[in-house]
Amino acid sequence: MAKGKRKVPGINASSTADISFILLIFFLVTTSMDSDKGLARRLPPPPEDEQQDAEIDVKERNVLQVMVNSAGNIMCGGEFIDITQLCEKAKEFVKNENNSPLLPEKHNKEIPLLGNCVVTDKHVISVQTDRGTSYNVYYQVQNELVRAYNELRNELSLAKFGRVYDMLDDEHQAAIREYYPQKISEAEPKNYGGNK
Amino acid sequence: MPELNTSSLPDLIFSILFFFMIVVTMREVELKVRFTIPAGTELEKLEKKSAVSYIYVGPPTQQYRSALGTGTRIQLNDRFAEPAEVMDFIAEERTKMYDQTAQVVSLKVDQNTQMGIVTDIKQVLRKSWALKINYSSTKRN
Repeated sequence: MAKGKRKVPGINASSTADISFILLIFFLVTTSMDSDKGLARRLPPPPEDEQQDAEIDVKERNVLQVMVNSAGNIMCGGEFIDITQLCEKAKEFVKNENNSPLLPEKHNKEIPLLGNCVVTDKHVISVQTDRGTSYNVYYQVQNELVRAYNELRNELSLAKFGRVYDMLDDEHQAAIREYYPQKISEAEPKNYGGNK
Repeated sequence: MPELNTSSLPDLIFSILFFFMIVVTMREVELKVRFTIPAGTELEKLEKKSAVSYIYVGPPTQQYRSALGTGTRIQLNDRFAEPAEVMDFIAEERTKMYDQTAQVVSLKVDQNTQMGIVTDIKQVLRKSWALKINYSSTKRN
């Protein structure tokens, strides 16, 4: 059929923007930009041989025993406590404000930027769980202990440097960390099944 | 006033799209264990996503439940594993990393897991010298 050359209309490109919107929304929905958050911990280095894992001799006053059994009961320093009290007890233990003979020993220590301080450098918080303890309870215990240290560090930072711990530069943060080092030791869980 | 030439609007959208494609991370691993991570207050962000190895611990998802029961399992990347295999996994992950000293292991453990298996994993991590760990959790309060 002889037809004149027909002009094919050009493609309407006004909706290519819509196509790209769809792709964009797809990516927004299927991916995650928020960074993973969690409780950061540092494990102790592995023992050279089995014996090293055994407890080093520490004075009873320097150790805060935190034990959790499989039912989720928490025992701190010999008495059963609720999770909400753990933070206060830990803070009281690590700070030992009045140099009580029942709480850790205090020694003089020279810390740059803070001068000569009296710190409880021999303290240890020992956490012992049962193999049947729920992870959530253990996690909450770790959370409270880290919270205790963070609060103590913040208080010191505000008192000495006038700013919160996170706002300090590395040197100052290192000084505060030396004043309140995180000494949380975790023992091999026993299989008691009941109260320990 | 002359009308705005809108023929380059798609290009703008494409540039935003490319930004997202480069910045975000798509989930590469198909989760075979179901878990609810605990909620805490003292959280830290995981810096350097490239230096993170993930270990998932929890009961298997519906489709695997028939084969493996409902006991707690460990998933490394995309397969099930036993605590002993974690050591090889960590070594393997470490070789893939650019900055090997900054390796962080993110433990995504279900809330109701028993501590026995978690402690086994931690002992193996200690032996592999992967000492920086992060208990994955959401924020509360």
